[in-house]
Amino acid sequence: MSIFKNVEDKKEAKETENGLFEKLKDGLNKTKSGIFSKINDLFSKDKELDDKFFDELEEVLIQADIGVHTTMKMIDDLKVKVKKEEIENTEEFYKVFKEELSEFLQEEKGGLILKKGLNIIIVVGVNGSGKTTTIAKIASKYKKQNKDVMIAACDTFRAAAIDQLEVWTNRLGLRLVAQKEGSDAAAVAYDAIQSARSKDVDLLIIDTAGRLHTQKNLMEELKKVKRVVYKEAEEAHKQLLLILDATNGQNAISQAKIFDKAVNIDGIALTKLDGTAKGGIVIAVKDELDIPIKLIGVGEGENDLQVFDPEQFVEALFS
Amino acid sequence: MIFSGLAEKLQDTLKKLSGKGKLNEKDVETALREVKLALLEADVNYKVVKNLISRIKKRAVGQEVMESLTPAQQVVKIVNEELTNLMGGEQSEVNISSEPPTLIMLVGLQGSGKTTTAGKLSKMFKKQGKTPLLVAGDIYRPAAIKQLQILGDRLEVPVFSMGDKQDPVDIIKAGLSKAKTAGHDIVILDTAGRLHIDEEMMEELKEIKNETDPDEILLVVDSMTGQDAVNVSENFDKSLGINGVILTKLDGDARGGAALSVKAVTGKPIKFIGTGEKLDNFEPFHPDRMSNRILGMGDVLSLIEKAEEAIDKEKAAKLEKRLKNNQFTFDDFLDQLEQLRDMGPLDQIMGMLPGMGNMKQLKNLQVDDKQLDHIEAIINSMTKEERNDPDIINGSRRKRIATGSGTSIQEVNRLLKQYRQTKKMIKKFNSGKAKGLMGNMNLPF
Ligand SMILES: Nc1nc2c(ncn2[C@@H]2O[C@H](COP(=O)(O)OP(=O)(O)OP(=O)(O)O)[C@@H](O)[C@H]2O)c(=O)[nH]1
Ligand SMILES: [Mg+2]
Repeated sequence: MSIFKNVEDKKEAKETENGLFEKLKDGLNKTKSGIFSKINDLFSKDKELDDKFFDELEEVLIQADIGVHTTMKMIDDLKVKVKKEEIENTEEFYKVFKEELSEFLQEEKGGLILKKGLNIIIVVGVNGSGKTTTIAKIASKYKKQNKDVMIAACDTFRAAAIDQLEVWTNRLGLRLVAQKEGSDAAAVAYDAIQSARSKDVDLLIIDTAGRLHTQKNLMEELKKVKRVVYKEAEEAHKQLLLILDATNGQNAISQAKIFDKAVNIDGIALTKLDGTAKGGIVIAVKDELDIPIKLIGVGEGENDLQVFDPEQFVEALFS
Repeated sequence: MIFSGLAEKLQDTLKKLSGKGKLNEKDVETALREVKLALLEADVNYKVVKNLISRIKKRAVGQEVMESLTPAQQVVKIVNEELTNLMGGEQSEVNISSEPPTLIMLVGLQGSGKTTTAGKLSKMFKKQGKTPLLVAGDIYRPAAIKQLQILGDRLEVPVFSMGDKQDPVDIIKAGLSKAKTAGHDIVILDTAGRLHIDEEMMEELKEIKNETDPDEILLVVDSMTGQDAVNVSENFDKSLGINGVILTKLDGDARGGAALSVKAVTGKPIKFIGTGEKLDNFEPFHPDRMSNRILGMGDVLSLIEKAEEAIDKEKAAKLEKRLKNNQFTFDDFLDQLEQLRDMGPLDQIMGMLPGMGNMKQLKNLQVDDKQLDHIEAIINSMTKEERNDPDIINGSRRKRIATGSGTSIQEVNRLLKQYRQTKKMIKKFNSGKAKGLMGNMNLPF
């Protein structure tokens, strides 16, 4: 039988918060023991910086989902540096390598910035990427800072999407604006803005339906939601947050490109980093589109949210 | 379109190769390097690609290829065979238990699509005349149970739930006995998404498995998954001994390399693919056909099966008789149109035609279902007389029809032209001049 006395214990254990960095590391550590990861071997042993070494590096980078294109670019860069700076051993190389990675990523930490007055965050992404959960996490964070947070249930499409938000808002004690399933998403957003204004809310977060970026009509619907929000809440500080699942491979690039083209993304939240996926795809995304990474998700609980820290991210990727 | 990006890349590479007469080892190596990159870009796992390429290479630089008259074709054939092998030969069916109910358990990471897939599976079984029961075993994600209940309501498939305060092991046991007493022959268990490295949560699945002995444990994998697909599937397989895989969200532009990785690591077949949010966007997976599709040979078999499913047999027989007598009116046209729509989104259908998958225009075309709306509107604006005898549709009638249907005279003219062409084709068929696979389909375009 289960090691837990009852379901409630089990649920609680699932939600207890570990040291947040621990959690991220935990996940990444587990990858290390995985048969497919071997960055450690690669750098620890006294190896020659020869073709074989670079082949192995290629393998490691690609397996972190950094992507073929960006990996090749990086390796070409590194080869040039090795020659120019007369680097001879793996130890020296490791330093250059980490610098190189950081160059590809952003320099600053992520995080969201709220301004005085009404703030609005529209959250978008493909199906199941973690939009609703990330919204709950963000809301919980600001609620703890005594901000008045409201959520708009603009996923009027997926079965029980509204119920899912109801559970979260009840649990966290937040305001929710919702209509019934099937109603117009932009209309819900419009309602929510009115309501947020009249109640002097600090932060309104808009949950949208998951959609594949290739679904033209659904992307049009999203544009409409954005249009209505940006027109209606002119005075508000507005941001568009794209949720990317760290488990995703190269398709995340396509997601970022097309969502950005449609609604202009201000920032990215990378979810599910508590698993064994490394989320290296954000390096490729950053390389191709200059969108900052703001947040990372490291679990299903309301506290499993962290500010993106490029240094830590790189460290965790290859420590 | 399914695997289209990968298909395009591979076809380009292999085409380049075909341009050459005799091949040397270097040609093959260059081509295989590109095949390798194409596979990596499609998110096939690095290790898997490495093994595959080395197998292909060993065969491709072998004597019989180099010395054959058509070496490029030989290489294509080898790539095709190895890909097919990797994807696992023939289609694998679901294990149906000899003592009902058959228990099917869906497992996977968070957000991979288990709940929707549970709905799709139950719809498929229902269509086959079975009586599925859905069991709500996800007590963790907010409103997961409600989501399943809504799907069940829509599909008129009963959902067994005990709320979110009971242990999933108890829920599924109770669900099974309910299924036995109520005479359900299939039980589909939706479980909570979990990480493969979450030991407690994996323990829960093992317990369910030990207590209920499922006939099928299917791993649901998001087709957008990257390199991690191997870790996930290996872990789930080791803990549970999965029977197969369902690949979801293939309607996007994911190149779906995860499919190859999962198969290579676990050796377990991909049984179904999900190709859209609608509950009937779901099909059995045919590895051999898929590999043909990737290499641009089209998937005529799937197309015909789809057509057979959608076409109303009785109507078809009637139509055939009418066609034999060269009678084909706009009412028939309309009928055909509806049946075509039943086959699914047009761009998916087109992708199955040989040579179509690779057409650049098609990629951005998103064959417009609106166009079909217009055609329907035009036909609906014709009088009964006009539909039966389109020859009477003169200029002023055309104007009226265009206005009535909210389209333009050009569109009406185009449709009339199509109609005449179709009719001509029918005449040809009847006179036995053209007979082919599509002979009795007469697609209205
Ligand atoms: N392990 C882990 N799971 C997560 C994380 N973020 C979200 N999830 C889980 O992923 C699943 C999907 O999350 P949702 O928040 O419902 O995703 P969504 O994007 O709103 O999904 P749709 O609205 O259906 O498109 C849920 O089971 C979440 O608990 C994370 O950082 N780590
Ligand atoms: Mg959601």
